This record gives sequence, C-alpha cells and structure tokens, in this order.
Amino acid sequence: MSILINKNTRLLVQGITGNEGLFHTTQMKAYGTNVVAGVTPGKGGEWVLEGKVPVFDSVKFAVEATGANTSIIFVPARFASDAIFEAADAGLELIVCITEGIPVQDMMRVRNYLDQKNVRLVGPNCPGLLTPGESKVGIIPGDIAIPGNVGVVSRSGTLTYGVLYALKLVGMGVSTCVGIGGDPINGTNFIDVLGMFEEDPQTEMVVLIGEIGGSDEERAAEFIADHLTKPVAAFIAGQTAPPGKRMGHAGAIVEGGSGLAADKIRALEAVAVHVAQHPEQIPELLMKRV
Amino acid sequence: MKLHEYQSKQLFSKYGIPIPRGRVAATAQEAKQIAEELGGRVVIKSQVLVGGRGKAGGIRLAKSPAEAESLATQILRMDIKGLPVRKVLVDEAANINKEIYLGITNDRSIRRPIIMASSAGGVDIEEVARVSPEKIIREPIHPLLGLRDYQARDIAVAIDLPREHWKVFGQIARGLWQAYQASDATLAEINPLVITGENTLLAVDGKMVLDDNALFRHPELSEMRDLDVEADSEIEARKYGLSFIKLDGNIGCMVNGAGLAMTSMDIIKLFGGEPANFLDIGGGASAEKVSAALRIILSDPNVRAILFNVFGGITRGDEVARGILAALQDIRTDVPMVIRLVGTNAEEGRRILADANMITAETLAEAAQKAVAVAKGA
Repeated sequence: MSILINKNTRLLVQGITGNEGLFHTTQMKAYGTNVVAGVTPGKGGEWVLEGKVPVFDSVKFAVEATGANTSIIFVPARFASDAIFEAADAGLELIVCITEGIPVQDMMRVRNYLDQKNVRLVGPNCPGLLTPGESKVGIIPGDIAIPGNVGVVSRSGTLTYGVLYALKLVGMGVSTCVGIGGDPINGTNFIDVLGMFEEDPQTEMVVLIGEIGGSDEERAAEFIADHLTKPVAAFIAGQTAPPGKRMGHAGAIVEGGSGLAADKIRALEAVAVHVAQHPEQIPELLMKRV
Repeated sequence: MKLHEYQSKQLFSKYGIPIPRGRVAATAQEAKQIAEELGGRVVIKSQVLVGGRGKAGGIRLAKSPAEAESLATQILRMDIKGLPVRKVLVDEAANINKEIYLGITNDRSIRRPIIMASSAGGVDIEEVARVSPEKIIREPIHPLLGLRDYQARDIAVAIDLPREHWKVFGQIARGLWQAYQASDATLAEINPLVITGENTLLAVDGKMVLDDNALFRHPELSEMRDLDVEADSEIEARKYGLSFIKLDGNIGCMVNGAGLAMTSMDIIKLFGGEPANFLDIGGGASAEKVSAALRIILSDPNVRAILFNVFGGITRGDEVARGILAALQDIRTDVPMVIRLVGTNAEEGRRILADANMITAETLAEAAQKAVAVAKGA
C-alpha cells in the first residue's frame, strides 16, 4: 500500500510539450509511471516520447479517450490556475501542480472552487509525489529513494530530496513521499497527509519537513497529538532567516513575529515529535524511535 | 512589492475612495508651489517605504507655503531608517475628528482575503492588535464572490460608525476591495480613514503591497517599484530570476530550492559560521543564471568562502557545473569553494568540475563544516 498514487495511477501531463514537461514525462515513464496522455492546447493529435504518449487539445478530450485519473501540471504560472480549473472540471480525482510562482489571488480562487468539488490538489510549487518502486508523479529524482515504511511529507523540494537520500544511505525506505509545496495557499496540507499516513498500513513512521511562515506546522502538531499513533520526526527550515524577508518561497516569510521556526519546533516537541537540528539527522532520530 | 503612500492613494482614488487634495514633489520649490495651489494648511509627508515616518519627523504640518518650502527642504535631506527621502507628498491638511482603520489582506489560514476594521485607527494600530485584538473586526471575503454590501454594513455597525456614514463607508470598503483585487495586492490599507471636521470620510494615509508573482499582468504597477529599498545585488539578482537576499556573514551560499537554501544557512550557523546571503537559483537553472549568481555572491567583499549545495531535480547537475566553470573563466577569484552536488545528472556535473579547484563534500553537514573551516582560514 501507499497513499495517493500507486500502480493503478493513470497519469495525464498538462503542458507535456514544454521543455520541463517533456523532460519529466520521460523520467516518470522511465520510472514505470503509467503516463497515458498529454495535453497542450493547439497540439492535439501529435504524439510524444517516440509515439508512446498521445497529445490532446484539452483535458476533457484526454480523459474521455484514455481514462486518465490523475493530472500533473507543468504549465507556466500565468496559465497554471486555468489548467487546475480545467483538470477539476474534467473530473480528475488528483491534480498535482508543479508550477512555481502562481499569483496568490489566483490560488485563493482555485482553492475555494476546488473545496466545493470532490478533487484533491497537491501543490502548487511542489516536487510532487513518489511511491518508490511503483509510481512517480512529479520531479523527485527516482533513484534517491527505495521502497519502505517511512512516510514523508514536506513543504520543500530539494530539501526533501536530501532527506530521502539520507534515508536511502542508511537503507531506510519510503512508502510515499508527498511534496505539498511552499506556497501560502495550497491544495493539500500537512494534516491531510498525516491522516492518510496514519490510515496506510505500509507506513510505520512519518517524517515532516516544514519551514518558516504560516502556522501549518503548529496545526500539524495538534493533529499529531490527537490522531497519530505512529512516530514522527521533523525538521524545520529557516531557523536563521531574517524576519520580513521573503525567502524564495512565497510561503517562507516571517510575518510580524508569527511563523517563526522556534515556535514550530516548540509546538512539535511538545507533542513528542523529535525535531532534527539538521536534515541529515532524521534517519538517526527515526531509528531511535522504533 | 510595496507602493508608496502617494501611489497607493492614487490607486484608491481611481476606485472611488476620497483622498485629500495633494501632489507629490521632488524639490522644496515644487512643494511650495503645491502648497500655494492648495491654499491653507498642508501636510508635508516623506515618501519612504518604512513605517514610523511620523515619529522620525518625516511628517510635518505647514501653515504657509513658505513653511512648506522650509519643511520640505529639511525632510528631503533626511534618511529614515536608512532610506533616503527622495519625494514628499504635499496634502491639504484634514481636520481630524476620529481615526478609523480599514485594511484587506490574505488570511492564509482560511485561504481567503480578510477585511479588517477598527474604531481605534491611527499610528498605534499595531499596538491595538497586540493588546486588545477584540477591537479589530475581521470579516472573511469569498474570493469568488467578492466583498458583499452587507459585510461592509456589518463592519460599520461593529466599529460604531454613525449611521449617516454607512453609505460612503460602504463605497470606500468596496473601492478598497476592488483596488486590492484589480492590482493583485496582498495588502491594501487605509490608516487612518478619517471622519473630518466637516463630517466627511477621507483616506488620509494608505499603503499597498503587491504580489510579485502577479506583476506580469500589471506592467503599469511594476513601473512604480522603488529600487531604493533593495540592495543593488538584490536588483541584479532579480534580472536573472534569482531569489537573493543579502545577509551579514562571510560564507556565500548558492543553492537550488528555497527550503534547501534556508537549511544551508541554518546548518552553516549550526557549525559556527555566518551566511553572507540567501540565494535560490531556482528550478532548471541555466549556466547563465549560475554564472550571474556567482558574480553577485563575489561582489560582496565580506565573502571568504562559497558553499554550493545543489540537489538535482528540475535543476540538472551538469548544467550547474557548466555554469560554475563559465563563471570562473570570467571572474578570477581565490575565494575557496566547497561543492556538494547530488541528484539528476550529478555524476556528469562532478566530472565537469573535476579539474576545477574545488573542495567536494558528500553530505550537507560535511559541506557546511568544510565551508566554515575555510572561511575561518583553516
């Protein structure tokens, strides 16, 4: 078992003919992901990846023709919110948006619309999902993680890769890794994923990677106290970030004394989560807990 | 991106919010002329993008055009919290009976914009928010529906606004919402919104912060950017799509990904060093970007070592390596460099860099420790 994606995932790629879309579709397919279709408006009828993946003009056509149930979005920021609406209206169950830099008001409209529908959005501004050995829906390098019993959920991208790699180096495997993204408004938060890991029989322990800004980590701490029986280790990035400065991610900003790393660490430690001083300590902390 | 008071108020005015008569001046002579046109008492207000202008002496009342000229002369020579005053706003002085706060911002916890109001407006609103948060009324706005008229009325009632002002207050709240939405703002604030001696409502001061990610659809607003608030290196970085923030330490950092970049700073500190910057080269960094990043880091004379921490995903290790080599051909430097390269095409990247004189590291901790050591001259 795993969460969100597995062998049955039938993936559609929005923005498949762009540079990044094509590069990562190739990688996902090589990993074994069942990529059934691509969408680029105006390029319907073409085929990519040596004639293996058909391209459609719209998500609706692609879903009708191929039975895709999951979409991944590599569309540029200015068109990305429309791509999310399109995927939601075409009836997809899971939408993973990799795109970085979507205007925050666009995301508020997206999120409030999606809340009325039965669809899950992961991201935007995220590395996507990886269920090692089964399916990769995103840009996480496939060879840095092995199958196993650690569930990983993170607001960061490359920082997460570092943690996956550190786990692999000591022989620890991952059930599913979920990058929820660094934007202030996103589709899926820590609590959603923690709940799924608690339900997932394959997952026996959890790694949470947070960063400064907002209060999602504090809410995750409350949720862990009330609902999680599995051990959790965590790392919070941005302990030394100066306040009032935007650290790349729109979400990573300390605003007027809230969103501080120290507060998040305190909240997590108060509910018996082991918080690492640096990310490479995480495997060690997990081994101590088991 | 922050807008100046005069820019914010011009936008407000466009959306039907009453603002004082006035204009912006770059010289004392102009300020005098504006004061003459306005007649009567005027306020000379420094236009700098920091709070606490009034307390710093950057907002003064002038009773005559001559006084306006002399006060503008003084204010235009000031530095407020490190920022030079280059412009002053000359506004007709209002008779203030009461000060109200009205603002709209994003509430990320409920994923909606929120409109906030208080009958205790003015310079101490932050203190009010801290000490008696119940005095601030909050009303979430549905992003697909916008601010409803009844919500504006509810707020007027909650802040005890006399009934005679409700209609205009509703227009002002609606105008503020429109300005916020149409400009892709993350903050639109009137403080204070004044009930004048003539019993009218007037937006005496205003502030807007815009979403940098949305500026592509507002070219007219992006032109308003004031470059004084940013370090030259930060302006240069933006040209190349790099996210850069200058810090006070001596270890330059070049990292892909914001989370990993913050972590690199944290871990440098953990091992006793001080980062010289935050730098995220972003996803899919080209050789050109990497080369620009390196030049920007090295333009800081404090830098004693550079830590490259690249975990390939979208970003490919070979591209980064080629960027570093290209940059090193232009820039001769003896600053020691520590590199950790993992992930997509990292092998190839390491091969490309094999001949460059760089210190390599396997883990982040090892890379940070080595960078700290060489920065200290070890």
